Amino acid sequence: MDDTSVGISGMAWLWFVPAIPLAGALLNLFGGRRLGKLAGLIASGAVGLSFLVSLVSVRELFGASVEERVVTEHLFDWISVGNFSVGADLRLDALSATMILVITGIGFLIHVYAIGYMEGDPRYGRFFAYLNLFVFFMLLLVLADNYLLLYVGWEGVGLCSYLLIGFWFEKPENATAAKKAFITTRIGDTAMLIGLALIVSETGTLAFDVVLGSPDDTIAKGTATAISLLLFAGAIGKSAQVPLHVWLPDAMAGPTPVSALIHAATMVTAGVYLVVRSAPLFELSGVALTVVLIVGLVTALFAATCALAQDDIKRVLAYSTISQLGFMFMAAGMRFYTGAMFMLVAHACYKALMFLGAGSVMHGMHEETDLQRMGGLIRRMPVTGWTFVIGALALAGVFPLAGFFAKDQILEIANHTGHTWIYLLGTLGALLSALYIGRLLFLAFFGESRSEEAEHAHESPPVMTVPLVLLAAGAVMTGLLLSSSAEGTLARFLEPVTGPIPHGDGLSTLALSLIATAIALGALAVAWWVYASGRVDRVAFRERLQPLPRAAAAGWYVDHAYSTLFVKPGIAAARFSADVFDTKGVDALVNGVGGGVRRLAAAGRRIQTGFVRSYALGFFLGAVGVLVWLGTRL
Amino acid sequence: MRTPIAYFVVLSGVLFTLGTLGVLLRKNALLIFMSVELQLNAVNLALVAFSRMHLALDGQVLAFFSMVVAAAEVVVGLAIIVAVYRRRGTVDVDEARGLAG
Repeated sequence: MDDTSVGISGMAWLWFVPAIPLAGALLNLFGGRRLGKLAGLIASGAVGLSFLVSLVSVRELFGASVEERVVTEHLFDWISVGNFSVGADLRLDALSATMILVITGIGFLIHVYAIGYMEGDPRYGRFFAYLNLFVFFMLLLVLADNYLLLYVGWEGVGLCSYLLIGFWFEKPENATAAKKAFITTRIGDTAMLIGLALIVSETGTLAFDVVLGSPDDTIAKGTATAISLLLFAGAIGKSAQVPLHVWLPDAMAGPTPVSALIHAATMVTAGVYLVVRSAPLFELSGVALTVVLIVGLVTALFAATCALAQDDIKRVLAYSTISQLGFMFMAAGMRFYTGAMFMLVAHACYKALMFLGAGSVMHGMHEETDLQRMGGLIRRMPVTGWTFVIGALALAGVFPLAGFFAKDQILEIANHTGHTWIYLLGTLGALLSALYIGRLLFLAFFGESRSEEAEHAHESPPVMTVPLVLLAAGAVMTGLLLSSSAEGTLARFLEPVTGPIPHGDGLSTLALSLIATAIALGALAVAWWVYASGRVDRVAFRERLQPLPRAAAAGWYVDHAYSTLFVKPGIAAARFSADVFDTKGVDALVNGVGGGVRRLAAAGRRIQTGFVRSYALGFFLGAVGVLVWLGTRL
Repeated sequence: MRTPIAYFVVLSGVLFTLGTLGVLLRKNALLIFMSVELQLNAVNLALVAFSRMHLALDGQVLAFFSMVVAAAEVVVGLAIIVAVYRRRGTVDVDEARGLAG
């Protein structure tokens, strides 16, 4: 163990937490089809076991005094070049403890659900291998004790995301979506890698202890801004923030458990984790925090408007996830890191719940995802329906569910620290959230059934509904359990790592809570009135608002803009390289040399007539020539 | 009175030229072969003549070598011509142009 760290010793089995899912992944990968149905059990068991180990580790952590709540575990020296060395070091502190509990806990439920959801898939085993591999990389990401190991996990989850979005690669659009996700996040990842290089050149190391311990001594303020912004660019890509958010809605092409695990609960929150973890750098810069705040706010509002107009149930949830991640970054941008983490945990619960609920709906309706063809589903699938109601209420921010506490705290801090505009815009974001989730809820589960499939939808098997119920319980209770106020339980647990919560004065907590609740309920009521009461012709309503709904449904044409600005010129440039430069330039040169040699040879072979007498004439003339030459020399 | 050397040299030159023209213009392998022999003997004549002129025996010795080698060459050459005739039914050298480029 590294002797520079303070903390409890004797916990040498932290590495089991990521190692068990890795073992599960390898087993499933090499076991292949022979394992059959066992694959799902192995994968779920691995994550479940990892969850238990995490629980024990965190309990151990709780046993120590507040200052000593850090465990580092040195596995082996990874890179050692001159003065620069990077070890495979794991670090468990309050922040990573929160993350591993979310990853393994919610991950376990999603794995169990996937046993039912993926049943009968021809690549059942491979699915679980990928899923376990993802959990391994995600755990590596949050447990890493230096930026390089974190980056390994960061890229690893990106790879698994790619593999799982394109899991049903037989359909070309799924493969395209996978590529889009990978390439878009790559833009951010490249910036992040440059950031890491900058850290090394400034401090000579990547270890968290040194880089984040006292950055003011080693890093200049301007450099800190550069590093922070580069790291944040990575977070923008991974967490699908504006302007790199375009990949997440398309990523819904993957199987629904993947959307729940990777694109709602864990991987996309890695960006938030990165910002919170690197908080000392962002604090030192100051400017970087403002950027985080603005990007988060813009994203939260922008994505919420897009979510309002989507007709695909999973795309609504995808835009909602982007929007909620925006809220987390807003919190981090206001130095309210514990609020960001709280929102992360709460969001992981209720958004995973809603994704799994959407998957259950698709399962019961022969893969139908169009909201316009649903309706009244709560009568056909009560468990899915009611758990979804809980998730939706939690997201809308209705007391006392998880989302209420999370969003309310962030808005409270905005109000109290004098960010009045942020408070107002954030409240607008909350209003939009309640509206779009209300629309989704009432369109899908209430009102009249609008299609044959909706009439005959059936409830999913218990292996899928039990995780739903457990997640619903989580969505109800995380709020109450983890928070009594903005300085509640989770916040106090995280404080040694993330620093104190900003304070200030403003409206009282009660007043803010009342406003938030009124807004949430009001928006839900409007959604009910428009989409489920039957008193409003929602098609005519939509038509009257055109062209806004059409633009919002298309994501305000950001994809089109990127296509025109980057993709099409890129393709044109590639076409130019291939069709003009390569064929007419490089190929022409090479072919020209070849053709010249051929023509020369064609001329040369004419000498070889095959007539012996003409060769003899050659001899003769040659001999005469030599004689003449000799004669002139005499 | 000795015959002037020029006579021999001119005769040798005429014979050599006839041989060369035969080699270049004839199509029949046998006749080409005979023309080559003519060239060889033209050279032999020149060698012996010069040998006499210089009163040295080198040229005559070389002429003997040349004759021996020519005899050996005739054996091989005629064998080849017979073999070519058996295979192709003709000794026309223009027909044997398998090496044309």
